[in-house]
Amino acid sequence: MNLIDMIEQEQTRKDIVDFGPGDTVRVHVKVVEGTRERIQVFEGVVIRRRGSGLNETFTVRRVSYGVGVERTFPTHTPKIERIEVMRRGRVRRAKLYYLRKLHGKAARIPDRLIKR
Amino acid sequence: MPKGILGKKVGMTQIFTDTGLAIPITVIEAGPCIVVQKKTPDTDGYSAIQIGFGEKREQLFTKPMKGHFNKAGVQLRRFLRELRVEDVNSYQVGQEIKADIFAEGEKVDVVGTSKGHGFSGAIKRHGFHRGPMAHGSKYHRRPGSLGAKGPARVYKGRKLPGHFGAERKTVQNLDIAKVDAERNMLAIKGAVPGPKGGLVLITLSTKA
Repeated sequence: MNLIDMIEQEQTRKDIVDFGPGDTVRVHVKVVEGTRERIQVFEGVVIRRRGSGLNETFTVRRVSYGVGVERTFPTHTPKIERIEVMRRGRVRRAKLYYLRKLHGKAARIPDRLIKR
Repeated sequence: MPKGILGKKVGMTQIFTDTGLAIPITVIEAGPCIVVQKKTPDTDGYSAIQIGFGEKREQLFTKPMKGHFNKAGVQLRRFLRELRVEDVNSYQVGQEIKADIFAEGEKVDVVGTSKGHGFSGAIKRHGFHRGPMAHGSKYHRRPGSLGAKGPARVYKGRKLPGHFGAERKTVQNLDIAKVDAERNMLAIKGAVPGPKGGLVLITLSTKA
C-alpha cells in the first residue's frame, strides 16, 4: 500500500454514520470558546455530499428565523463529535440546490420508507 | 550543522490538525540515504558529504560507478548528491541518514526539478492574457507587441514562447507537518516542485 493511502486511512473516521442528500441530520460540532470546549448542535437537511475519501465534505441547510443558513463540514474532521440522522428523506437529486428557492410547505421533503 | 536528505515525491493529500484544521501536505518518501564519500578542504578544496539514495538494477551501473561505491563499501544507489557541511568529521562513510533528522514544525527548503511543459506559448509560460476566441477576432493566443518601434530591435529578456519547466526549482520556508522515520515518510505543508516520483532534496531552511 502506498504512503498516501496509509496516511488517509489513518485520518479517516470509521464512526461516521451512513447518510445522504435529503436526510435531516443533527451535527454535533465541537466549539472552542476561549479555553472552554462545548458542543453545538446544527440541525438541517443535507443538500449535498461531494468529494471522496478524506477530501469529502457535506453541506447542511436549515432555515433559522426566516434566513437560510448553510454550513459545510469536512466529513472526516475531528471537530465533529457525532452525526445523528433524524429523518431519511426521499429525493430524486444528488444535489438539492433547488431547496434554496423554496420555502414553507414547498421545501418539505417526504420521508423515505426504509425496508426492514 | 546543516542537514539534508534525498527523497521521492509521492503525492499530495491533506491531514487534520488537532484543532480540526485541514492542511495540504506533500508526502515524500525520504531516505534512507547513505554517506558515500566525504569531501575535505585538503583533498577537494571544500567540505561536503556525498549521499546516495534510491535503487537501480545492478547491470545499469557502469564499472567506474561500481568502483566508487565499492570503495566506500556501501550498496549501489541510483542518485548521488552533495551536501555542503561545515564539519565533515561528524559523519562516517556508510552512515545512514533517515527522515528523523527532521522534527515536526521545522522549516525546510525543498529542491526539485519542475514538471516539463515542453515548448509553451506565452499564455502558459508567462501568464499572458489571451484574445477573444470568437466574434470575428483572429487574435487568439499570440504574445502581442514585442516593443516600441524606436529601438528597432527586441530587448533582451522579452517574455516570449519557449521551453518551459523541467528546471531546478527551490521552494523555501516550508513547514514539516509530520515525520515518520519507520516508514521513511516526511509530510511537508504545501506544494513541492516536480512530478510524482521525482527526486527532491530537503534541507534545513536558510531562512530559519
